[in-house]
Amino acid sequence: MNHPDLDRMAAFMRRKILDVSFGCGLTAHLGGGLSMVDVMAVLYGRVLRLDPNNPRWEDRDRFILSKGHGVLGFYPALLAAGIISEEVFNTFQADGSDLIAHPVMNLDLGIESSNGSLGHGLSMAIGIALAARKKDKAFKTYVLLGDGECNEGAVWEAVMLAAQLGLDGLTAVIDHNKLQSDGESRDILQVRNMAARFAAFGWHAVDVDGHDIDALVAAFEAPAPAGLPRVLVAHTIKGKGVPFMENDNAWHHKRLTKADHEAALAALGETVAAEGAS
Amino acid sequence: MMEITPRSARQWSRLGSRGIFGQAILSIAEDHPEMMVLSADLGNSSGLDRFKATYPDQFLNTGIAEQNMIGVAAGLAKEGYTVFATSFAPFIAMRASEQVRMNLGYMEMNVKAVAIGSGIAMGLLGNSHFGIEDVAVMRSIPNLTVVSPADCAAIVKTVEAAARFQGPMYIRLTGTANTPVVYTEDFPFEIGKAVPLREGADVALVACGSMVHAALKAAEALAEQGLAAAVLDMHTLKPLDGAALDALMATVPAVVTVEEHTVIGGLGSAVAEYMAPRAERVRHLAIGLPDIFVKTGQYEYMLEQQGLVGPAIASRVRDFLAA
Repeated sequence: MNHPDLDRMAAFMRRKILDVSFGCGLTAHLGGGLSMVDVMAVLYGRVLRLDPNNPRWEDRDRFILSKGHGVLGFYPALLAAGIISEEVFNTFQADGSDLIAHPVMNLDLGIESSNGSLGHGLSMAIGIALAARKKDKAFKTYVLLGDGECNEGAVWEAVMLAAQLGLDGLTAVIDHNKLQSDGESRDILQVRNMAARFAAFGWHAVDVDGHDIDALVAAFEAPAPAGLPRVLVAHTIKGKGVPFMENDNAWHHKRLTKADHEAALAALGETVAAEGAS
Repeated sequence: MMEITPRSARQWSRLGSRGIFGQAILSIAEDHPEMMVLSADLGNSSGLDRFKATYPDQFLNTGIAEQNMIGVAAGLAKEGYTVFATSFAPFIAMRASEQVRMNLGYMEMNVKAVAIGSGIAMGLLGNSHFGIEDVAVMRSIPNLTVVSPADCAAIVKTVEAAARFQGPMYIRLTGTANTPVVYTEDFPFEIGKAVPLREGADVALVACGSMVHAALKAAEALAEQGLAAAVLDMHTLKPLDGAALDALMATVPAVVTVEEHTVIGGLGSAVAEYMAPRAERVRHLAIGLPDIFVKTGQYEYMLEQQGLVGPAIASRVRDFLAA
């Protein structure tokens, strides 16, 4: 483990996911939130250039959560990065809250765009990356999509245009957990050969273990060819970190009972202890 | 700055709505270096060929992919660009309607979605290309301003106003080449403020887009029969100019709306929604396209068939007032 700080951040985020989901007393998108935690820890703990004291900093890197239902992997990253306060974080899914089940654009809270409806984020990210290039800005644009989201045709319109424009300031990450709302992608509408598919569309495509912090850091920091948009296909496990949630799609959108919460924390506690000891 | 004179109005009318839209964009480009114009592979059909050649860095053809175009437009707008995103009406208002809803409505991105050739101006290209439901869809999206200019001079005014206006808009262009002239001199154009074109105490014709000229023709026909019809150019469909309608309700016993759009959800509906709950409400007849896909022919043929020409409108108004 070369990045204990990021390991700790990921562990912190998983605990926060469980606490805030239980705390709100409502259903929440647990599976897809947990699958993206390690990617988000690397992004918000290391890769993104942000100023927690000035979330509107003009030269900040831009991050778009295209898989909008992944807020449980997003808000804890904003918390861990010091962009939102514990007090704000704990309003998750409260009536009238700024932090609901899908992101609502709020630059002061570090939320760049409103999402929820799938297949929008990559298009907006292209516009942002294109604006950066036209204005000769150094900031980078990152966008996280779900693999189920890649069922949406508009995603592939955007994939084509990003390559056509040669937007090398743009990095897409696919949270490739192989499950979607109704079940396993292979039984529904599987996006086969994800990385090869992006490569065929003219992207620089890299497969990476989406739960290996070191591998993720290496993938984000590896030199990439000029003139190509980049995609990291992060192979993940839905529900990662809580053994009884892993690969069980019942946890796609579910309420945590008190017993669930305790069981999950116990499981997580062991995980945290095990990781801390290694 | 494009000056509206009787001569320029005639010239612009020959060019038609698409050509003059392109000229208007070209004329404001120098004053708006942070303007981007997007097209989903209909740049030449949208009158943008000269703009594209003159300002290649401010033009982007996103390919035949309207949904993505609207999202890209939003990303550019988020970073400070004023973006005109253009395509034919149904391809923006309906195919990319959810992109408009998320990016222009929900996030209020400073994008002007421009519907080229809305209404039934596409003639023999048929119903696939017509914009007959676009106002109904766009008008129902929160935060969206919806404008439908009456003629080529009004298109110039609309484009100039849109470039200055902070916020999302849907601009609906109607008519084709040799579009009739309404305005022959400069006039005050303000988004959200209707333009009174004619006074009359017997009835008021409230029209938008291509039907403003038809309403003026109808008013002339009615005048010959001793009926004085007021005419109002309601170029902004949202926000609707309630004060102008209040003034009409105080002076005329009946209002007739005229639009090149289905009678469901367009100008007629907007005016009805405004008047219905008010004690001062007056009788209202909504003239527009019927709730069908019309039998296709050339533009003028279809307008005649659907009764969207001066004499037919006058006749319906007369019957309505007599009933």
